[in-house]
Amino acid sequence: MDPLMPPPVRRIALDREPHVAPPRPIPGGADSAAPGSASARLRSARAPVGDVRERMLIESVWLAYGENWVVRDVSLPVRQGEVLALIGASGSGKTTLLRSLNRLTEVTAGASRSGRITLDGQEIHDVEVNDLRRRVTMVFQQPNPFPMSIFDNVAYAAVEKTGAGRRRRRSPALEAAVEDALRRAGLYEEVAGDLDRSALRLSGGQQQRLCIARALAAQPEVLLLDEPCSALDPISTATIEELIVELRESVAIVIVTHNLQQAFRVADHVAFMHLGELVEFGPSEQVFDRPTHSRTRDYVSGAFG
Amino acid sequence: MSAHATAAPPASTIARPRGSRTAAWPLIDRIAYWLCWAMGIGLCLIAASIVIFMLVRGVAYLRLSMFVSSPAPSLHQSQSGGFSDPILGTLIVTALGIAIAAPLGVAIASWLSEYARPAWLARTVESAIEMIAGVPSVVLAIFGLLVFSQGFLGFLSQNAFNGSVTGQSFVTAGIVMSILALPLVVASTREALAQLPDRLREASYALGKTRATTIRRVLLPAIRPSIASGVVLGMGRIIGDTAIITILLGATLKNEPVGGVPLLGDLRGTGSTLTSYVFNNSPAGEGNAPQKAYAAAFVLLMIVLGLNALVTRLTAGASARRPGRRSIMRRVSAWTR
Amino acid sequence: MPPAAAKARARAVRTPASKANARAVRADERVERTLGALAVAILVLIALMVVTVAIKAWPSFSYNGLHWFGPGGDVDTQLRVMREGTPIAGHGPLYFRAWPLLWGTLLTTVLAVACALVISTLAAVFLTEFAPDGVRRTLEPVIRLLAGVPSVVYGLIGILAIAPWINEHLISNSRKHSVEYVVQLNGADVMTATVILTVMILPIMVAISANALAAVPASWREGSAALGVNRWRTIWRISLRTARPAIAAATVLATARALGEAVMLAMVSGGRGFAPNPLDGVTFLFEPVRPLAATIFQESEGLTIGALGHTIYAIGAVLLVSATMLSLVGWAAKQPLKRYGIRT
Repeated sequence: MDPLMPPPVRRIALDREPHVAPPRPIPGGADSAAPGSASARLRSARAPVGDVRERMLIESVWLAYGENWVVRDVSLPVRQGEVLALIGASGSGKTTLLRSLNRLTEVTAGASRSGRITLDGQEIHDVEVNDLRRRVTMVFQQPNPFPMSIFDNVAYAAVEKTGAGRRRRRSPALEAAVEDALRRAGLYEEVAGDLDRSALRLSGGQQQRLCIARALAAQPEVLLLDEPCSALDPISTATIEELIVELRESVAIVIVTHNLQQAFRVADHVAFMHLGELVEFGPSEQVFDRPTHSRTRDYVSGAFG
Repeated sequence: MSAHATAAPPASTIARPRGSRTAAWPLIDRIAYWLCWAMGIGLCLIAASIVIFMLVRGVAYLRLSMFVSSPAPSLHQSQSGGFSDPILGTLIVTALGIAIAAPLGVAIASWLSEYARPAWLARTVESAIEMIAGVPSVVLAIFGLLVFSQGFLGFLSQNAFNGSVTGQSFVTAGIVMSILALPLVVASTREALAQLPDRLREASYALGKTRATTIRRVLLPAIRPSIASGVVLGMGRIIGDTAIITILLGATLKNEPVGGVPLLGDLRGTGSTLTSYVFNNSPAGEGNAPQKAYAAAFVLLMIVLGLNALVTRLTAGASARRPGRRSIMRRVSAWTR
Repeated sequence: MPPAAAKARARAVRTPASKANARAVRADERVERTLGALAVAILVLIALMVVTVAIKAWPSFSYNGLHWFGPGGDVDTQLRVMREGTPIAGHGPLYFRAWPLLWGTLLTTVLAVACALVISTLAAVFLTEFAPDGVRRTLEPVIRLLAGVPSVVYGLIGILAIAPWINEHLISNSRKHSVEYVVQLNGADVMTATVILTVMILPIMVAISANALAAVPASWREGSAALGVNRWRTIWRISLRTARPAIAAATVLATARALGEAVMLAMVSGGRGFAPNPLDGVTFLFEPVRPLAATIFQESEGLTIGALGHTIYAIGAVLLVSATMLSLVGWAAKQPLKRYGIRT
């Protein structure tokens, strides 16, 4: 492809087919990946995991805030061993869908839901909400480490799970759990020296990895990531993306992202949402290279966003 | 899976998510939750019971004639006399105190906010104002007595029979009361000045106006509600104080002027205010007339409630642009200083 | 820039283009000097206050030495003989042992602040986290009301309603008999004083604590909820921990208020310079006390009498020093607040 070709004209009229230049494969795709580049490494590391099992099932879910329908009739599986990426323009409902998976939407007054969301076969409304949120943890867009030491941050949720009191901080089980979580988040080598340092002193990328470690310390079954890298620099982003690919083996991962290249790099399955509806869902190669719906084709080629 | 045509929203029952039920919390957490509720409701109950109690007692013993008759000692304490003198006394002391504290407070606050040179002086003055706010009013009262009983200040009060100066009069009480109200006015004004955007000042300087003019013409008019609320808070503090009145006003039953000159004589004389009237009529004071004490206390409470409502209205206008939980808390903490 | 050069530069800049401008600038300088003088006047006032009270108090301290703070005899008797001018045998006219007063002050203040701390923290948590909107809007005027009630009204309610109730219902006759050789129990005591004092200092603490709790970043609370920690645990481990400096500052403020409360305590605390003994068990709550500020208020007629005057000013000096120290502690406690931008 000619890199000097002008990018397609962006149009915001979403109620009719946009008139754009024919779609091109997005940069960083399989053809243009240079060997040894990060994306190539990710693509090659992303060999299918052996054991893929379904963790959560979203069935015909409608979500509303008051009278406003934000998510309309969406059905998706969430599988362990896979990364599911939710992509779409702003206002497409992907973040709301993500937050409904751990019932964070209930915090907003006037939120209501219809349809079924099940975790390991059990409707999540029937699970006690805090228990659910320990099994389905979430990492937010802005890193939000608590104003405590690194150890206390990571141990925060683990303490709740094991029931260990704060006084038994130095219990070997807790220390082992914290170290394990930090290793899985790829942060242990950098902070091993001083776990009592205040978490607020870490850099942005380290803070986000700390939040991931904190979420992992609760031994969740599903990890929800709400645009985790949007506030970070490219190097931290790359680190976290490698992390995500490694983690999918042990935890089902759902990631919401604005960044199409990121979705392409890390996701196994991609769900494209538009104005609350699920437009297309399938393996990432299929959605990006051979989308069946024209709206998907326009989005992934950058016609709107 | 590809998108199907837009289906209609479900018309049947929507699963309305429930709020987080505390039923599943551990017992300790539930106890804490109920304790919090209990404390919150308890506060409301305490306030309600105070108001209702004073209302019941006050209405039982309050008669309109009390507002216009002077205190008169007699055997039948519950039927004689009223508190016209004490009400007048309250008005005089408050007026004096605010007349001194308001301009002084606004001036000092303006200096602290706009000039504040040299820096060490500004910091010291700030700490001094905070210190005054923390000094007990009894200590201010005995200090005031010490100062005003010096001979050369005898014109402010009266001379006792043995030639020494008593130091007790409306004027002296008013002056010491102004010290009491000063920190509230200063704090209110300073906070309001700090919240004014800098572009107001820059715009004025850019037109060639001096700082003094800017303060006088631009800044102070802009914060009028806050100054007013600070003044009203100060008034509330003055009206509610008893210690300074008892020590510096002599707490005689009726207002006793000194000398012949009508107004000045009253100011130099002693008298009482509602607060000292309530104290003196309670079992702790000399006259044991709890009915009068209740009536006067009820009037005092109503005055204070009225001032509170005034402050609400003043600050509500100012912070209507910043609604929400934090602004409520900020308003509340501002006046409990 | 060295001061001389700065002054020259400023003078050069200030060279006005017109006479009117010059007048305005001079007026501005005059205004600055006047305002500055007013501010300095406040400093002078405080210095004057400290110096004069100290001078008037000195004779009492110099006569009694450090024993001024210790126990030794009945405080009420000592004050009475000072008023009457007949010194106790074997002691000079300035003899005074303030321990019962100090103990009474300490008792009421510490108990009231401790109770108020617990109650106000829970109430503040309720106000910011659990209260429905309507209740929250009602609580604001309620707190303002409680803060605005004059102390003499609190005292009146105490002496006419609460003390008699305690006298009738909580103090049994046997209890009265057990201590009547030392002191009379009549409902005006530590308990009444503490209860009313707690109610008086609650509003300040609730307001400041609630302000600080509301300032805790929402992202922390949301992050904690997303990890499956229930609301109370989140509040306890995150919000309250973050609001600790503010609660400390509020406590200091409340302590200063409790120390300085004279009128209400004069009415309900019993007026007997008696040092209740905690070893008396529950009875100790029903014994009368006489806090420092209340003593000054009650003895205020004697300010002009020589020995009594010096003693009262000495008590005032103790209160002044405590207030200053509390101011300092409060200033120190407020420093961490600046980190979170909380204004109190």
